[in-house]
Amino acid sequence: MPFDDAPEGKMGLLAGERAGDNAGALSVSEISNLLKRHVEQGFSHVRIRGEISGFKRAASGHLYLALKDENAVIDGVMWKGGAARLAFQAQDGVEVIATGKLTTYPGRSKYQIVIETMEIAGEGALLALLEKLKAKLAAEGLFSAERKRALPFLPRTIGVVTSPTGAVIRDILHRLADRCPTRVIVWPVLVQGQGSAEQVAAAVNGFSAMEGRDRPDLVIVARGGGSIEDLWGFNEEVVVRAVAACSIPIISAVGHETDTTLCDHAADVRAPTPTAAAEMAVPVRAELLAGLQTSGARALRCVQRYRERAAEKLDNATRRLPTPETLLGPQSQRVDEMGERLKRGLSHVVADARGELARATGALRPAMLTQRLDHARGRLDQLWRVATSLNPDRVLERGYARVERRAGGTVISAADAKAAGALVLRFADGAVDARVERAGSAPYVKDKPEQPDLF
Amino acid sequence: MTEQTDLSALSFEQALRKLEEIVARLESGEAALDESITLYTQGEALRAQCEARLKDAQARIEKITLGANGQPSGTTAFDPS
Repeated sequence: MPFDDAPEGKMGLLAGERAGDNAGALSVSEISNLLKRHVEQGFSHVRIRGEISGFKRAASGHLYLALKDENAVIDGVMWKGGAARLAFQAQDGVEVIATGKLTTYPGRSKYQIVIETMEIAGEGALLALLEKLKAKLAAEGLFSAERKRALPFLPRTIGVVTSPTGAVIRDILHRLADRCPTRVIVWPVLVQGQGSAEQVAAAVNGFSAMEGRDRPDLVIVARGGGSIEDLWGFNEEVVVRAVAACSIPIISAVGHETDTTLCDHAADVRAPTPTAAAEMAVPVRAELLAGLQTSGARALRCVQRYRERAAEKLDNATRRLPTPETLLGPQSQRVDEMGERLKRGLSHVVADARGELARATGALRPAMLTQRLDHARGRLDQLWRVATSLNPDRVLERGYARVERRAGGTVISAADAKAAGALVLRFADGAVDARVERAGSAPYVKDKPEQPDLF
Repeated sequence: MTEQTDLSALSFEQALRKLEEIVARLESGEAALDESITLYTQGEALRAQCEARLKDAQARIEKITLGANGQPSGTTAFDPS
C-alpha cells in the first residue's frame, strides 16, 4: 500500500525520497487508471435498484441519467443500442433495476454505471409509473367523458388492430359472423414486447388517416389477457395518444375484465373482452330484421285499420245520404200532379169549347139564312114594285112624252127648251126630233104633266 | 314528408328511427287518411331499404398490407386460422 508508511501527523515541506521506496509518487492519470481498472474488474456486472433522476436523451441517442435512493446517487449512461431495446419509456421518478458494469470517468473524477438493460423495479413501480402517466394524460383531457363518441349503429367496415394469429382475432370474427356479418380489415401488429406500442399506434393512426372505400367506420384495438407486463404496450403514451386522436370511433378491448390499460381509458368505449367488443360493434342482424318486419306489419295493420275506419265512415255517410227517390219525391209528385191537372185542364177547356161550339152550332140553322133571304127578297120585291111604278118611261105609255136635248139630258123648263132650240121628244115607242118655234100658250103648259120623281 | 328522394342517403340507424316514427304516427291515428297512405308508402320504402342493407351485409375479412414505407398499400384476404 503506497501510503502505509507515511508517518502519522508529520508532514514536511518537501516530499522527500524515502529509503527503500522503489515506487515514486503516482500521477493523477496513473491513479485514475488504476482506479478504473480496479472498479471495472470489481464491478463488471452489477444490478442496481434506484429511482431515475436527471434523465436526458442526447441527440446521439444515448441516455444519461442518475440512479438515486434516499442517501446516495450514482450517474449512469445507456448507449444508443441498449436504449432502443428499452421496454418502457424511461423517465424521472421511475424505480428501476439497472444491469451493467461500473466504470470511472477519469476526466471528472467520476464513476458511473454503463447500463446494458434496465427494467422497472417490480409491479409496484410499474403501477406507480402507470399512475403518473395516467395523471399526466388525464390532465390533458385525453380521458375526459366529453371526448367519447357514440359508436355507429351498423358499421359497414370494421378495422381491427390486433395480432393476426391467436384467439383474439378468431373470437372477434366469430362473434361478428354470429351477429351481423361485416367487412373487417385486420391491421396485424405485435401486441406484446418491444416495438408493440409503436406498431399499435401506427396501425391506429393508419386507420384514422385512411380515405375512401376502405376507411372503416369503427376501429377495435384488441389483445387477449395477460400480466401487466404483457399489456404494458397499451399503456404507452404513444398508443394512448393515437387512440385518443383516432378520427374513427374506437373500442378498446385489451386484456380481460380486470385488466385496465390507459388505452381503454382513451378509447370511446372499453370492452371487457375482444368478444364483447364484437358484440358492441354490431347489432344482431336477425333481431333487426325481425324488428323491421314487425314495424312493417304494424304499419300495414294501421293502414288497414285506417282503411276500415274510413270505409265505415263512408258507409255511415252513405246511409245518411238521401236516395234520389226521396230527394226528388216531392218534385216528382208535383210533376205528376201538375201533369194530371194539365190534362184535366186541357180536357176541361176542350169540353167547354166543345160545349160552346155545340151551342153555337145549334144556333147556326138554315132557317136563319132562309129567313133573312125571304125577308130580303120581300123587301126587294116591294122596292122593286115601287121602283117599277116609278119608272119615268111608264108614264110615256100613258101618252106623255119626255123632252130631251139633242145632246142628252132632260129639259124640264120652257126656258131651257127655248135655249136648246133643237129637242128630242121621247115617246113610249120611240123618239122624234122637234124644234122650238116660240113660247107656247098657257093651257098647253097646264096640260103638261108633272115629271114624277124617281123615288 | 317531402324527403322521399333522399331516403337512400339515410344511414341504417336514421332510416330505422324514421320508420319507427312513421309507425308511431300511424298508430296514434292522428294522421289523415291521405297522409297515412303517404306515410305507409314511405315506411315501406324505409323498411325495404333497411332490409336490403341488412341482407347485403356479408363478412369479408381482409388484412392490411404495408408498403416499403410502412404505409398501408392495400388489403389482402385474411384467414385467421
